[in-house]
Amino acid sequence: MRNRTAATRIPGHRGEHGNLGSVIRIVLQRLALGLVTLLIVSAVIFGAVNLLPGDFAQAVLGQSATPEAVAAIRTQLGLDQPLPVRYAQWLWDAARGDLGVSFAQANFASFTGRVDPSATVLAQIGPRFANTMFLAGVTAAIAVPLAVGLGILAALWRDTAFDKGANIATLSSISSPEFFVAYILILLFAVVNPVLPSLSNIFPGMSFGERLEKTLLPALTLTLVVTAHMMRMTRAAILNLMAQPYIEMARLKGMRPLRVIWRHALPNALAPIVNVVALNLAYLVTGVVVVEVVFVYPGIGQLFVDSVKLRDIPVVQACCLIFAAAYILLNLTADILSIISNPRLRHPK
Amino acid sequence: MSLWIWLLGALAAIAALAWIGLWAARRLSGNAPRYRDMSYGVAFGYALALAAVAAGVWLWMKPGAVYFRWAVMGFAVCAVAAFLFRLAGRHLGPERLKRQFRKMPLTAAFGILVILIYAFVAIFAAWIAPHGQEAVLGAANVVPGGDPAMGGDPAFPLGTDRIGRDILSRLIYGAQNTVGLAFATTLLAFFLGGSLGLLAAVVGGWLDQVLSRGVDVLMAIPSLIFALLLLTIASVWADGARGLLTFYMVLIIAVIDSTRVFRLARSVGIGIVVMDYVEAAKLRGEGMGHLVFREILPNAMAPLLAEFGLRFCFVFLTIASLSFLGVGIQPPLADWGTMVRDLAQFINFAAFAPMVALAPLLPALAIAILTVGVNFVVDWMLHRASGLKS
Repeated sequence: MRNRTAATRIPGHRGEHGNLGSVIRIVLQRLALGLVTLLIVSAVIFGAVNLLPGDFAQAVLGQSATPEAVAAIRTQLGLDQPLPVRYAQWLWDAARGDLGVSFAQANFASFTGRVDPSATVLAQIGPRFANTMFLAGVTAAIAVPLAVGLGILAALWRDTAFDKGANIATLSSISSPEFFVAYILILLFAVVNPVLPSLSNIFPGMSFGERLEKTLLPALTLTLVVTAHMMRMTRAAILNLMAQPYIEMARLKGMRPLRVIWRHALPNALAPIVNVVALNLAYLVTGVVVVEVVFVYPGIGQLFVDSVKLRDIPVVQACCLIFAAAYILLNLTADILSIISNPRLRHPK
Repeated sequence: MSLWIWLLGALAAIAALAWIGLWAARRLSGNAPRYRDMSYGVAFGYALALAAVAAGVWLWMKPGAVYFRWAVMGFAVCAVAAFLFRLAGRHLGPERLKRQFRKMPLTAAFGILVILIYAFVAIFAAWIAPHGQEAVLGAANVVPGGDPAMGGDPAFPLGTDRIGRDILSRLIYGAQNTVGLAFATTLLAFFLGGSLGLLAAVVGGWLDQVLSRGVDVLMAIPSLIFALLLLTIASVWADGARGLLTFYMVLIIAVIDSTRVFRLARSVGIGIVVMDYVEAAKLRGEGMGHLVFREILPNAMAPLLAEFGLRFCFVFLTIASLSFLGVGIQPPLADWGTMVRDLAQFINFAAFAPMVALAPLLPALAIAILTVGVNFVVDWMLHRASGLKS
């Protein structure tokens, strides 16, 4: 049984020869396209920051700096170079992992001498990036099975009380701002019934269990927001398929509804569902910012917001680049997965 | 750990209940078709629903569960209000309006009612609000509820904030500021994205290519992240002028959001441009303005209007989130996102005085109710337009 479903899961996988080459070609094409997009996006980010009146040197030293000091830092940072040269330099450094020096953290005296290693943007972002990935991972582990399962049930029992209730619940959950959901959860699970901590003070050297406990409330908040999207899209994808003739055929020959979905609808709905999952994980990238601020979670989103308030431009630039890269990568994954699982997309007319 | 054991035990009990219930129903009804053909999954669903209702009743009886009771009562009040509103709509007013109300689901009626109330409050905020939005009144940190024994004050039914501003008045003015700014931003985004999108559809060629690729690039950056980046730059530009920063925020969000409108307007427009009546208008020698605004726009109106509702929700939530993060609408103006952030620490007192925790939740609830309402209406409009029955 399992073998047969596995075979139907990738329709047209057997018996088609010479297909692998075309898949690899298309995947490479998409990867190249993603890389170009990332390059252009980095140019947009770099260009946007250079819209600033004055420049980094002025921003570092403030209004009252002497012209000599400004000029010294300009030479130090290479700000006297023309714009395209600076962009190429920044990109080259970023590709090697050198994202510059944080304004807020930098000891300005060290600008003239050695750069303090803890002041580099990379040293700040590194551990926080790992924390954010942990949060996103926990969220995905809860949300994906839950959303797909509920979506299938809603499609199976469409127009019943369950479906209508789920419709109202998911619409409300999508419409609520993340911080509303977060505070409701804090109210219920941290204040009124103190079972989970409301502040996620995570530090290195914590055990996995402790870490998970501190992460659970932010992860649940994100789960509630993301699950609603994912579930609605899963339901729509399956309902779309349920109108197909072969589904009607399966039903008419007396198959049980759950089996119709499992054997006929789900394998064909897999491409859209995988797409939905990847798109929603991309949505997590944005949602993470607000949730991390609410729970004081030491992730990259909180660093981003703090840097925006401090006008710490190298950090803002780097965070923006990382968020955009994650977003593009996830969208790219959705694209490639749907092409792999749907042979019709492999041969565009 | 014991929580998981409880949960698993409850699930097992529900599964057993479903099995026994199904067996009993088949026995008692003499194997009636309804129960004979019912699958175990459906029976499990009924058992689950029964368990949920039982848990709800138990929670309602529990003395500590104040919030649950409030939530249930709030839900009931909303449902009754929506029902009465629909009833009124069915029997009052002109025939065309009555017909609309007759087929309306309760959720859509609720949405329309919410939009009407918010619009009323936003427009007449200055007359409704008991105090000014910036007025610093006598006492700070007055507890909501207006009960002097608990530290409240009847003059401030929802209490005052840390520096003694009336929360009720700020909530009412928040409708004007937050909703008004979001509405203006959405209008601007639609004007920009809509006109450029339709133009790209009509002109085609290199203009279409340039605009579409530009939009593709802007859409590759997550919108909240991009807005935060641009706001950093804007805050350097504005250099402390708070009003100017709010204005920049409106511009930035409008531009970022117009990319989504552009996509839709272009794809809808391309479908209309190939119609015969557009061809006829072109042959008549009509100008570009006539083509876009008289021939294409009226026919693209329905999908654009539904999109307007969704975009409004999105812009509204973005502005609220930015304000919550402290970089959106700037202080002297009352605004819901900022209010949630400022009042957030009150939530820690919920265990002692349930009323206190309401202060940060009310502005958040105000945001949520409006977006839920608009979403309900849009959902209904899309459902009606597509003619989908399933």
